[in-house]
Amino acid sequence: MSSKKEEFVSEAEEILNSAQEFLLNLQENLEDPPPDDINALFRCFHTLKGISGLFGYDSLQKLSHTLENILDDIRLGKQPLNEATIAFLFKYGDILRKMISNPEKYEDISDMLEEIEEFRKGSEDAGTAAPGEETISDEILRVLSEYEEHRLRENIKKGKTIFSIKTTYPLADFDTELRSLTERIKKFGELISTLPTSEDIPEGHIGFNLLLATSRPQNEIEKEINTPLSVIHKGHREASRKKPAQPQKPATQAMETSLRSATTTVRVDIEKIDSILSSLGELSLIKGAINRIESELIDYFGHSSLIFDIHRINQTLSRRLLELQSLVLEIRMVPIGQIFSRLGQIIRRYSRETDKPVQIHVYGEETEIDKFIAEEVVDALMHIVRNSIDHGIESRQERLNAGKPEVASITLKAYQKGNHVIIEITDDGKGIDTERIRKKAIEKGLISEDARPDRSELIDLIFQPGFSTKDSVSEISGRGVGMDVVRDRLSSVGGFVEVRTEPGKFTTFFLTLPITLAIIKALIIKVGEYTMALPMTSISEIVLIDRDSVQSIEGNPVYNLRDEPLPLINLNRYFETSSKGSSYVVVAGIGSKRIGLVIDDILRSEDIVIKSLGSYLEGIKGFAGAAEIGKHDVVLVIDIESIIEETMRKQTRIGYTNV
Amino acid sequence: MTENIKILIVEDSQSTRSMIRSIIEDMGEEYTVYEAENGYEALKILPTEDFNIVVTDINMPDINGLELINFLRTTPRYKDTPVIIVSTERTEKDIQRGLALGAEAYITKPFKPEEIQETINRVLQR
Repeated sequence: MSSKKEEFVSEAEEILNSAQEFLLNLQENLEDPPPDDINALFRCFHTLKGISGLFGYDSLQKLSHTLENILDDIRLGKQPLNEATIAFLFKYGDILRKMISNPEKYEDISDMLEEIEEFRKGSEDAGTAAPGEETISDEILRVLSEYEEHRLRENIKKGKTIFSIKTTYPLADFDTELRSLTERIKKFGELISTLPTSEDIPEGHIGFNLLLATSRPQNEIEKEINTPLSVIHKGHREASRKKPAQPQKPATQAMETSLRSATTTVRVDIEKIDSILSSLGELSLIKGAINRIESELIDYFGHSSLIFDIHRINQTLSRRLLELQSLVLEIRMVPIGQIFSRLGQIIRRYSRETDKPVQIHVYGEETEIDKFIAEEVVDALMHIVRNSIDHGIESRQERLNAGKPEVASITLKAYQKGNHVIIEITDDGKGIDTERIRKKAIEKGLISEDARPDRSELIDLIFQPGFSTKDSVSEISGRGVGMDVVRDRLSSVGGFVEVRTEPGKFTTFFLTLPITLAIIKALIIKVGEYTMALPMTSISEIVLIDRDSVQSIEGNPVYNLRDEPLPLINLNRYFETSSKGSSYVVVAGIGSKRIGLVIDDILRSEDIVIKSLGSYLEGIKGFAGAAEIGKHDVVLVIDIESIIEETMRKQTRIGYTNV
Repeated sequence: MTENIKILIVEDSQSTRSMIRSIIEDMGEEYTVYEAENGYEALKILPTEDFNIVVTDINMPDINGLELINFLRTTPRYKDTPVIIVSTERTEKDIQRGLALGAEAYITKPFKPEEIQETINRVLQR
């Protein structure tokens, strides 16, 4: 039975794939949806229902049955086909897709069934099936299925002429002949039925009686298909009758131009772009290899014209690669306005729900950001705006009492800064109450009672896991997601969040995000015996270590950089490697935080493509992933953001207890 | 040795087809099953064998089950070949039309194996 089940899954998947195609096609032709497609779509759900029932998958059967009902109504003209219906069917197509791989898992689908029935009722049209036309003989009607009969009547109602086309083919190859004929016929109108017949047909042959509904003139069709037509029902709309002087040409031309899509845009799955980028990354590696070979050749043979040739070609290759890279990266970029408008909807909805009127100001919506990053952080942004409305913005009365305008404002602002995009979310609410944070943090055991953290350290506490200042779970932001999730989400794409707030006046969240994730420049360094890659995006300078400048403040090492204390992290100590003598301090800064990383040696800089470490190494801290460099060596890529975060946290905690 | 019984299944769903096939094959070695994916294929296979029974779906693209039944009934060679309709209850009106055109029996999906077997036995005894 398991192979039978496989058969089921693969057929069900096939059905859903074609359903999706028909839906897409219908979506594009909504003004005049091809009845063949509607019927085919109906058949998809019909067949899915049938096979689900056979295999005893009740929920799947019921679900496809209710969807089939909708399609049946549409194809029989009892319900209109519109954007909403298409979207609805797309949605359920996805649900069915999830269900088929594990049909037993979905037992309670009553909500879904209800939703579908609701939808069906909601869009029910007053117009029911067309009244019958008496001119069609029973002889024809009795072999038509209910659907075919409906299509016949619909076409008659529209004034189309119904022709009957009789053909005869040898049994041996009738199918190819018939298919080619029906293809040609379908250009003129709708093929309603294909009736095979053996009456008055010579031995070894088979006859067909086709019914065509069309508004084109008989002679034109006859010329094209080389077969005589007979009229079953005369329609009142014949295309050529109106303008006999210019017969078909303008009409066909108009049809040809109107078939062209008005836009030149294509929709591409981001995974496809990713795979192009990953190929590009591999190409960069090959370019690196050529570089290496070039310099090895110079070492062996000195400069020769052949080597110069390689050099020139390699340079052209580098330029073209860079070009290609930036072109592909551009494809991935979307204006942040897309995200802002979604946030705007959320803000408006929550402001209504909480009765806190909010005016939204948006700046820099044309700033571009990698689509992947944008999607990764959109939930974090949503959480922040929910928080702003819930915790930041006061009630109408409170605002009036405080002498503020009754309508609050939320400002969404985006701009580019170097290789980063900064998103600012500001509300003019009551600001963050640091005293409350302190009490809460003590209560939750995040800090000790005698600790005296400063303001910014206190504010940082809201990003600690399990921290929430509201005692009761609130309607809006209290959905079990804390600000720690916001920070995690951002750091997963190499970004981070900072807060500035003034009591009674405002709170601003600054989100710093890399513009793109794909290919980055990295410094290849030595930490102990290991070679590692350090992304250059956050490096501001590198200094040779001066032992005298290393000092200690409250037990934490700092480096005196031009009379400014820079917290130091010795990567050897961090990764527990054995150092052969450190020689450089890499100054890395993200946002307002700057830090010095002590490393052993710098080898070179290289373009790298960061690959995820996969789920096995998920728990390992301090690495953003792995990358291939040089002669197929794999190195770990250091995650500067998380190291800074972690160290800062440790040091402040030590600081608290020391005081 | 009983007489060989040849049954043609016309059904566009692959998994339904193979399910009906295995149900029929369970009935005994004397049953041989032929499959057609659609009306076109059925018309091609029909002349190649003398079928004892044709089992057909109704809702199929291009040439549907009703058109196939009509063809069988109006062609001298197949005039007496019994037809069993296998379709869903949705196509009730179509099933009625099929019976009017001369189908012997119908089974609605989803069906139990026994329904197929019993119907086939009944039709064969006539």
